[in-house]
Amino acid sequence: MSGVEGYMYPNEVTLYWSVLIVLYPFITGLVAGAFILASLERVFRVEAVKPTYRLALLTALAFLLVAPLPLILHLGHPFRSPEMYFTPHSTSAMAMFGYVYMWYLMAVLVFEIWLDYRREIVLWSQQSKGLMRTIYKIMALGSSNIGERSLHIDDKVGWIVTLIGIPSAFLLHGYVGFIFGSLKANPWWSSPLMPVVFIFSAMVSGIAAVMLLYMAVTKLRKQAIDMRCVDTIAMYMFYIFIIDFSLEMLDLVHRVYEADESFRTLNFMVHTKLYFSQIVLQIFVGTLVPLILLFITQMVKLPEIARKRIYVLSGSLILISVFAMRWNVVIGGQLFSKSFIGYTTYKMALVTREGLLVAIGLTILPLFFLWALVKLLPPWPDKDLHEAAAGD
Amino acid sequence: MSGLKDAGHLFRFAGLFVLAFLVFLVVRAYVVPKSFGEYGHYRGAAIGEIAAHPVKFAGRQTCETCHTDIADIKAKGAHAHVNCEACHGALAAHADDPMSVTPVKPDSAVLCARCHTASAAKPASFPQVDPAEHSGGAPCVTCHNPHSPIIGSDFTANAAKGGAK
Repeated sequence: MSGVEGYMYPNEVTLYWSVLIVLYPFITGLVAGAFILASLERVFRVEAVKPTYRLALLTALAFLLVAPLPLILHLGHPFRSPEMYFTPHSTSAMAMFGYVYMWYLMAVLVFEIWLDYRREIVLWSQQSKGLMRTIYKIMALGSSNIGERSLHIDDKVGWIVTLIGIPSAFLLHGYVGFIFGSLKANPWWSSPLMPVVFIFSAMVSGIAAVMLLYMAVTKLRKQAIDMRCVDTIAMYMFYIFIIDFSLEMLDLVHRVYEADESFRTLNFMVHTKLYFSQIVLQIFVGTLVPLILLFITQMVKLPEIARKRIYVLSGSLILISVFAMRWNVVIGGQLFSKSFIGYTTYKMALVTREGLLVAIGLTILPLFFLWALVKLLPPWPDKDLHEAAAGD
Repeated sequence: MSGLKDAGHLFRFAGLFVLAFLVFLVVRAYVVPKSFGEYGHYRGAAIGEIAAHPVKFAGRQTCETCHTDIADIKAKGAHAHVNCEACHGALAAHADDPMSVTPVKPDSAVLCARCHTASAAKPASFPQVDPAEHSGGAPCVTCHNPHSPIIGSDFTANAAKGGAK
């Protein structure tokens, strides 16, 4: 049989979870990571990262809006997807996730963004014209109270929402790891460390994505990049990446030392079919290289231009590494037979519903959403806004 | 009271949530079938609808009422435990009207290979062959009686007559 080596059970020959299922945890990871970066400023009062606070929230929202699309495209029957909400099966982790998603989207992200932008929304609703004025008026929910006390209440409530948002972000992404880690039938996935590894890699990827977006957007706006902000983000990215890498290595050491009946098969797979994506891309190029680069920036006082280049290179490599990690988990877990004497091959299609072009489209789509969100809710201070019309 | 006034916009946002929840409940009441959850996590009325489907399988006992000669051969052979319709397909229509609905004889070269093609996943005691090497493409019924397939059994002579009459 083409693509099959050794013996595969009949239901193992074809991979059912395609590149779209790789994309899904990658996108939700970016959401969780971007939110954690935003919470650094809001809850942990890391003032240096303030220039990225709003951009991080909008990035999280843009990617969260796209997050269910890979799943819907994979499953087909999009009109059936609301049934997950109408008739949820309480014993299915996947079904329950619909509520986690909705909670995170509406009660955390949308609410926090609304609270943070409310002053500007009210002012824009008074000072802009035409369609935008109507949109801002709707967004202001008919309230134009932006008095000091009112904004103080917003700030307090926003802080509480962020505080609730942190465990929600962990729940959102920890769940994705849980879905894989709880599958006891698959030794490549079944590990209690899986949710933790997913959360930390999500944090690293989200922070890297927001850092890159901030640098790109600032460059496009022909503004100076706040190096204190980028240096602080890079420092947090470095520390969290060390924890993430240590956890992944802990998982690896545990598997090697335990060496259960699946070990020979998985070890062979890592050295053959997953060699490029795991050893080369994920571990060497995507993890060790950025870790060494970021380590240099922490140890040596480099000129600004060198630091910028290192941050862009490290951030891009980290995104590739985290994507490769998702690939190795999702695709790797389907490449070997439960008989432990056979392997199959994943051949990615190009233009099918679950093909490469759709995957590329879904990766770019959040950037369009982000562009629209940035147009609607600019994350930088609006110099034209004046307080003349403030208050009731 | 001024505290409440200053937090008025929050109540408006909360009101939106309540409104969205009410809309959800109304839509849910409309789209979820009435019999959902009656017996379990499915539409209870589905049971009646499925039960109303016409029966397609006649069942072994029905076949054996007429095909007594085949039933006798099969009862003593290696395929005694295999149901008639596992190979011949669903034949309730034939049982209802044997004269006008005549079943097609299965192609033994394809049908037998479905179970007897060699595979590492099958128990070693199960008879399995590489069909191309074993028969060179000739139909299995050339040598085997499908109702009592072991060559050398009393019924091998009937091989050519093989399937259902």
